[in-house]
Amino acid sequence: MKEDEICIIIGASHAGVNCAFTLRREGWLGSIIIYDKDPQTPYHRPPLSKSFLTSDSDVDDHLLMSLESYKKENIDLRCGITVTNINRNDRSVILSDGSVQSYDKLVLATGAKALVPDIIGIKNSSRIFYLRSARDANQIRKSCHSSDSKRVVIIGGGYIGLESAASLRQLGAEVTVLERDHRLLSRVTAPEMSDYFLQLHTAKGVVIGLNKNVSSIESQADFDSVICADGTQYHADLIILGVGVTVNTSLAEESGLQIDNGIKVDNRTQTLDEHIYAIGDCTNHFNFHYKKNIRLESVQNAVDQAKVAAKNICRKEAQHDTVPWFWSDQYDVKLQMVGLSSGYNEVLLRNKENDNTSFSIWYFKDEELLAVDAVNSPKAYVLGSKFIKGHKRINKSILTNTEIPLKPSLLIVIESKRT
Amino acid sequence: MAKIKFKTQEGQIISTEGSKGSLMELARDNNVKGIDGDCGGVCSCATCHVHISAEDVDKFPAANEIEKDMLEFEDNTTEYSRLACQLEIKESLDGITLTVAN
Repeated sequence: MKEDEICIIIGASHAGVNCAFTLRREGWLGSIIIYDKDPQTPYHRPPLSKSFLTSDSDVDDHLLMSLESYKKENIDLRCGITVTNINRNDRSVILSDGSVQSYDKLVLATGAKALVPDIIGIKNSSRIFYLRSARDANQIRKSCHSSDSKRVVIIGGGYIGLESAASLRQLGAEVTVLERDHRLLSRVTAPEMSDYFLQLHTAKGVVIGLNKNVSSIESQADFDSVICADGTQYHADLIILGVGVTVNTSLAEESGLQIDNGIKVDNRTQTLDEHIYAIGDCTNHFNFHYKKNIRLESVQNAVDQAKVAAKNICRKEAQHDTVPWFWSDQYDVKLQMVGLSSGYNEVLLRNKENDNTSFSIWYFKDEELLAVDAVNSPKAYVLGSKFIKGHKRINKSILTNTEIPLKPSLLIVIESKRT
Repeated sequence: MAKIKFKTQEGQIISTEGSKGSLMELARDNNVKGIDGDCGGVCSCATCHVHISAEDVDKFPAANEIEKDMLEFEDNTTEYSRLACQLEIKESLDGITLTVAN
């Protein structure tokens, strides 16, 4: 590696920032420049819908890395600058101020933006907020504090919607969650988990409306009316939209890279251009464990791919081969999830009698453990990850028997080797 | 201000200084290999696993149930294992060395 080489990273969130610091750890001697259109120093996004909303903390309390760390590692962080074009032929990018910067290696960490659903009147309302950036979260917090009646309608019963519901409820808001599907978290969990979160939020005083397809929003002088296809109406001082994301692929697409529900990358996070890598929420990649192409919206995937890209850029062999994991905090409930449950044909519940505060759900396809959702059960989460990664076969009757402690030696079925 | 050293699995020793926040944040801001803090410090990921020296054990408050459960089946867990995100920087930690577990 040479000192005059330049690595450009586009996007300064979990993926981009981790890639920059890993490049230094892996011995990259050249320049590292990170561009992001957000002028804010890069921060942790998960707290935005959780502790950030309920506290009066500043975004500077949630920085991914302190500003001094960038200086110390000689990482050139350029926030508030948009990359408008990639010119692959002469390996350069064009910036919003018209200047051109050349690169030897380019990393796309462009992420995703909040999906704007097709709802009549959505553009005319000044009470609608998305929750993707610190600015969004700040505005929600401010708007909630300044409203006397604090009627919040959240459209979308996924993680963002439910975490926001929990946080705003804690701020004393009157919260309604409208979900289009017949259950909460339908895209990511089993019905048992959906029921649990329905009960949890209802007990905390959140109104959950299922099968609610929002068709229009009418702005009145003092409030907005959120109108559903079935005719029901909800008054809102504040509306939060959490209905998914759109992947930021246009830069990649315009430069001729392959796009298929995200930027296509191989297991080294390389695109079809050997000088360009892509990492994080914006990528579509092959997962070795589940043997399928996936796109993930998760911090862990962003960080893992960032490390793989950095190592490969430093000419060290590294492959992206991980089992995905996620977490969510709502009220005092810690939910930890590992694996991808899609394709399961059996769900087992491990739950002590009369204990409705901690349990775990184990997803199987026949004898193969696919995923574990653990509610206030870190041990189930940790063991689940180990079993999934190791392709271990589990004794199902021991798993569901809470009289027997969770221990690998008791749970793993030793399969006799064929000779 | 407390001076704290981190020893990585590769034997590299990184000297740091901190006055507030957690030991995970201190390690992360000093680019210590093996300390990722992916979950941001909410005890959800165990990517900030460290070993404290036997003589320093009493300088830290005991681990809570969640931290213990997260660590029980982790790789390289010993009786001196802790998650650095759960450990606050204090003056009394001045001079200690933590070993990165993975």
